[in-house]
Amino acid sequence: MEKEEFTITLYTENSIGLIGRIAGIFSRRKINIESLNTSPSEVDGIHRFTLVITENEEVVRKLCRQLEKQIDVLKAYYNTDDEIVWQEQALYKVPADVVTEKVYVERLLRQYGASTVVIRQDYIVFETAGHREEIDRLTEELNKYGLIEFVRGARIAIIKNSAGIHDKVLQFENREPSPHLVENEYLDQRDHVFTM
Amino acid sequence: MNTTLSKTENNETPQPETVEISGSKALLEALLAENVDTVFGYPGGAIMPIYDALYDYSETLKHILVRHEQGAIHAAQGFARTSGKTGVVFATSGPGATNLVTGLADAMIDSNPIVCITGQVFASLLGTDAFQETDVINITTPVTKWNYQVTDATEIPEAIAKAFHIAATGRPGPVLIDITKNAQLQLFAFEGYKKCSHIRSYRPEPEIRNEYIERAAELINQAKKPFVVFGQGVILGKAEEEFKAFIEKVNLPAAATVMGLSALPTDHQLHVGMLGMHGNYAPNVMTNECDVLIAVGMRFDDRVTGRLDKYAKQAKVIHLDIDPAEIDKNVKTTVPVWGNCKKTLPMLTALLKENDHSYWLQQFRELEKEEVKEVIQNELNPVTDTMTMGEVIKVLNDLTNGDAIIATDVGQHQMVSCRYARFNNSKSSVTSGGLGTMGFGLPAAIGAWYGAPEKTVVAIIGDGGFQMTLQELGTIMQFGAKVKILILNNEFLGMVRQWQQLFHDRRYSFVNITSPDFVAVAKGYYIEGQRISERKDLKTALETMLSHDGAYLLEVMVGKENNVFPMVTQGSSVSEIRLK
Ligand SMILES: Cc1ncc(C[n+]2csc(CCOP(=O)(O)OP(=O)(O)O)c2C)c(N)n1
Repeated sequence: MEKEEFTITLYTENSIGLIGRIAGIFSRRKINIESLNTSPSEVDGIHRFTLVITENEEVVRKLCRQLEKQIDVLKAYYNTDDEIVWQEQALYKVPADVVTEKVYVERLLRQYGASTVVIRQDYIVFETAGHREEIDRLTEELNKYGLIEFVRGARIAIIKNSAGIHDKVLQFENREPSPHLVENEYLDQRDHVFTM
Repeated sequence: MNTTLSKTENNETPQPETVEISGSKALLEALLAENVDTVFGYPGGAIMPIYDALYDYSETLKHILVRHEQGAIHAAQGFARTSGKTGVVFATSGPGATNLVTGLADAMIDSNPIVCITGQVFASLLGTDAFQETDVINITTPVTKWNYQVTDATEIPEAIAKAFHIAATGRPGPVLIDITKNAQLQLFAFEGYKKCSHIRSYRPEPEIRNEYIERAAELINQAKKPFVVFGQGVILGKAEEEFKAFIEKVNLPAAATVMGLSALPTDHQLHVGMLGMHGNYAPNVMTNECDVLIAVGMRFDDRVTGRLDKYAKQAKVIHLDIDPAEIDKNVKTTVPVWGNCKKTLPMLTALLKENDHSYWLQQFRELEKEEVKEVIQNELNPVTDTMTMGEVIKVLNDLTNGDAIIATDVGQHQMVSCRYARFNNSKSSVTSGGLGTMGFGLPAAIGAWYGAPEKTVVAIIGDGGFQMTLQELGTIMQFGAKVKILILNNEFLGMVRQWQQLFHDRRYSFVNITSPDFVAVAKGYYIEGQRISERKDLKTALETMLSHDGAYLLEVMVGKENNVFPMVTQGSSVSEIRLK
């Protein structure tokens, strides 16, 4: 089976340590996570992980079963690129004089739909969002003009053919809601140091 | 303050009245509410408040002080395996907690329901490299079904409720709750204990799909050579009766994995032996001849399948499992039957058409004869002077009638025990299947006895493995677990030596192990024992061991260079199993 890019979407409880548990499932199998984003989802208290890996579908399917098996994971989906709408965000810092003096850089930015985030005397920060190839192309171009710094964000993705998690959660919650455990609120209270 | 909040005189849970109690006490109340009566553990600084509270509970909570935390968790595993209940472990932070790791990994791979409670340093010290602080949660994440750190006493009831629910439901497994010392000491308004029966993000049993049951039944009804392989799932699902009814309805030959042993009585006419690397000849060979392979509650471990690309390629595979992640993991399934086999087996049985597979069954019997001739006869009735491990097990069978619980350590003696021990009753084989942990046998046998004190428990251990764990003789001495210890001494790390003989040109690199006078060591612990090296003494010695009221150690000197056969060598297919 051919390897291709898959985007894995996980709906999870918002619990400390889960990211380690999830990462472990990949690292144990020597699978590299190319991109990882976590954020709240449309449902209060439920988090959404978006991971990108390059693997064959068989492996990805098995991985998703292992992921879904984790206690704090509500649902795991995997999709190929054409089944999702996806974006990655990028920030570019370029020397201000280049942009101001060389008009075609400005044109380049317009062409890529980039917008300005910060303008300073010495540098300008641009932002753009899109598919990886678009971002890569702009990076390559700007490199020619002394790109100072570049960062690309993790992929975020919406599954085209999905009803989200709301109904599923209601289904899971059809019985009494599960207990919610609070997390360590002592970490910032170092002054109370007890001894044995 | 009254000491038992959760139980009133008439055994009813009282109306929640708010009382201020410590986190430690809340923990013990929670354990009582979960019907825990036995805890295996070892104290230390970071779990002292719990042990202090335990002092007041000695009437209701039995605590077995082991001699090493690894012993505590193996004991809890043995307890879980024979009692069907959840095993509970206490350990302190740092080195106490890290000593649990092997047992956690063992329990994880063998699906044992275990709840470990570890003490942790004060929450204010977390992350400071405090004395005896280790990141127990991160260390144990890959080897627990779930783990959680409690830093506030108010979380304790809920965390424990979740822990017991997760450990015992679905595919069982070990859970670890790490409780910081401040949480153990902290007083809080305890509003009673509520068991957990539902967690939003946890669905222990997948939905049963009727169409799959129907398709599976259809396949079985059409099959000419159906073959059942069963694992521990039958025992964990308490589905022994359902399983028997299933295979009996249409005369399906059934073979056990190591973990499935005792789910079906060994003498059952449809039991065709054990699968795997040192399993029986017939079931291994026939795996590659059956037309429908029905896997029940087993996970196609590589020790069972041998080379995957040559495993049952001709067969349509029906896989019954409670854990969806097992489906297609190693062997591609034609029909997956997700769900608890206690529920799915009867549904399937109902759709089966009466059928008689006696011709097919006969083929197993023919191959069995070959194995008897080539291997079993010599092993059980040897003509040489040296004793074999097999004949020891045979005499043991004769004396216990297959009613004993057999706990084993890991090595040749383990495989010989699994091959030859007879089991009449479910939950009577206790062995480390997935992890193959030396040092498992003795503590697991201690726990097994606490799980089934009315039974005879025999621990069968090699001279190597026993030396990994003999400190637990102290536990036996102190608490009186009536465990019969049968050491099969071949003066080698036998299983490794066998591999060196077969695959490394007899280069016996560091497998020659000398032993102390085991009987004298046992005597030092006030445990009776004897050592024999002649066949004529075997029966009487075993009788003495079994009839002795209390723990007993019997060391039997067996052939130094005996091997366990048949054997599926690494990298070959199960049908290429070697008889010698
Ligand atoms: C903790 C651990 N270390 C090493 C091994 C590797 N190992 C498997 S069997 C075996 C030899 C066991 O020797 P012994 O206990 O004397 O039993 P025998 O095989 O002779 O019956 C070893 C070293 C293991 N399974 N577990």
